[in-house]
Amino acid sequence: MLINPSSPHSDDGWLERHIVDPSLKSQQPIVLETKQLRVFYGDNEAIHEGDLKFPEHQISALIGPSGSGKSTYLRSLNRMNDGVARVTGEILYRGVDVNRPEIDVYEMRRRIGMVFQRPNPFSKSIYDNITFALKRRGITDKKVLDETVETSLRQAAIWDEVKDKLNKSALALSGGQQQRLCIARAIAVKPDILLLDEPASALDPVSTGKLEETLLKLKKDYTIIIVTHNMQQAARISDFTAFFNMGRALEFDETSQIFTSPKVQLTNNYVAGDFG
Amino acid sequence: MSPKTSNQIAISMLYVIASTIVVILAALLGYIIISGLPAISWHFLTSPARAFTSGGGVGIQLFNSFYLLILTMLISFPIALGAGIYLNEYAKQNWVTALVRSAIEILSSLPSVVVGLFGFLIFVVQFGFGFSILSGAFALTFFNLPLLTRSIEEALAAVPDAQREGGLALGLSKWETVLHIIVPAALPAILTGVILSAGRIFGEAAALIFTAGQSAPALNFTDWNPFNMASPLNPMRPAETLAVHIWKINSEGIMPDAKAISSGASAVLVISVLGFNLLARFVGHRLFKRLTAG
Ligand SMILES: Nc1ncnc2c1ncn2[C@@H]1O[C@H](COP(=O)(O)OP(=O)(O)O)[C@@H](O)[C@H]1O
Ligand SMILES: [Mg+2]
Repeated sequence: MLINPSSPHSDDGWLERHIVDPSLKSQQPIVLETKQLRVFYGDNEAIHEGDLKFPEHQISALIGPSGSGKSTYLRSLNRMNDGVARVTGEILYRGVDVNRPEIDVYEMRRRIGMVFQRPNPFSKSIYDNITFALKRRGITDKKVLDETVETSLRQAAIWDEVKDKLNKSALALSGGQQQRLCIARAIAVKPDILLLDEPASALDPVSTGKLEETLLKLKKDYTIIIVTHNMQQAARISDFTAFFNMGRALEFDETSQIFTSPKVQLTNNYVAGDFG
Repeated sequence: MSPKTSNQIAISMLYVIASTIVVILAALLGYIIISGLPAISWHFLTSPARAFTSGGGVGIQLFNSFYLLILTMLISFPIALGAGIYLNEYAKQNWVTALVRSAIEILSSLPSVVVGLFGFLIFVVQFGFGFSILSGAFALTFFNLPLLTRSIEEALAAVPDAQREGGLALGLSKWETVLHIIVPAALPAILTGVILSAGRIFGEAAALIFTAGQSAPALNFTDWNPFNMASPLNPMRPAETLAVHIWKINSEGIMPDAKAISSGASAVLVISVLGFNLLARFVGHRLFKRLTAG
């Protein structure tokens, strides 16, 4: 069990909410921040409150029971929910609200990349999966493309496995390889932030291990926000953890704090495995 | 009756029905092909028809059928692709799209004779195209569009949404995503739909009798200038197709070997349509394999 059984809090010592400002705990500047965020699907409010700040070059994990709004929150950050959900409040990417009308949503999504729950490689070759978005942006120099393919695949720790079959279909790869290819594809466009929504949930333990190693290496170049239903995973790889419940971020703190001495009772119950 | 016996009975009934269909189909195809095969020769496939004497062929009709098919596809495929993309990727689910969908449904259930007469009034008479390949191609476009649009729409709908999200998440626009990810992923199914509809067009007669006409003027196969009347490529010439030819011989053919010619032409038609079906399977399968493995 991850939770310290002799919890330091007395029954009435629990806090209602506990959200720390990471800039007080880490040297890293804040790259992404949400303020008074509310997200609606029709009349249903899926995110009610989530004032979080994400520090640069750190891994932040979003945990919480299923249906608590983690995916909704994450997908709002790079506006993947445009046209599906209505968003109010502010999402500040390096100080600029991504929902402002003058924002170029395509450029913003290039900088805030996303990897999904199920690997979704395109039905193209491995090489074309990586270079596709670059070519659409007018990069045609073969040398630049070749280099990007190699560096992205190396960064995603899958280069050795695919370097001899770059022209083969990406769909022929295993699930774990496909997911790392999707990470390579996301970082090929040189994003600033990488959002991952339960990227390992469809993978076996070995592939999951590789994926986690990959993320730990990537963190020196990218700011990572990952939704996971796997608390061990959050504990292993993240620096900060947010606990979501019923559309609210109830607690946000250093991961070690969340797992050893949470300040909110629901967080405590959740990490102790009492519900979820 | 126990659930087990009733289940057994249901299954046997279904088997009987299914095998009856297969037997009828096989008998029909077998009869047409076997009775037609003796008439088929290189001469038969390449020489023009004769009205009063025996020894005629179906060369011009065969060419007309293919030319009309290609022209129809050139007109209807882009429209169907656009409509399919619009309906599946862009259209909001509201009364406008519901209306478009039911319009397509109704159009697809129109009898082809009606489509032919409509084509006659609009293209032959109103637009003054006369009995011509062009009139025929437009009439066949009407005939072809609903099903082709539907099959393209279904092909696109079968591509998982994860692919669309993958494109958007890379900062691509919706249009780029549709054009470069979704359509290529749907290509095997789209091609299958196109080839299957080609088989339908190829065998269609009723829609053509009053549009492409019932005469096959002699063609000069050395003249490829589409503006010359005897050129095979001239889209304004009347062009009896194979299917129309079969219908005509059987209703008013007076050549001595009318029976043999009709059987031969039917066999050619059936074999071609079968060919389209086999090709559709083959191409779809091959393309799918190439895109997913290898
Ligand atoms: N596309 C959608 N349309 C309508 N409601 C949705 C949609 N996606 C999620 N929801 C609802 O929003 C709430 C939060 O869901 P989600 O963000 O997927 O939670 P989590 O990722 O934490 O499991 C749930 O009640 C869910 O039913
Ligand atoms: Mg989720």
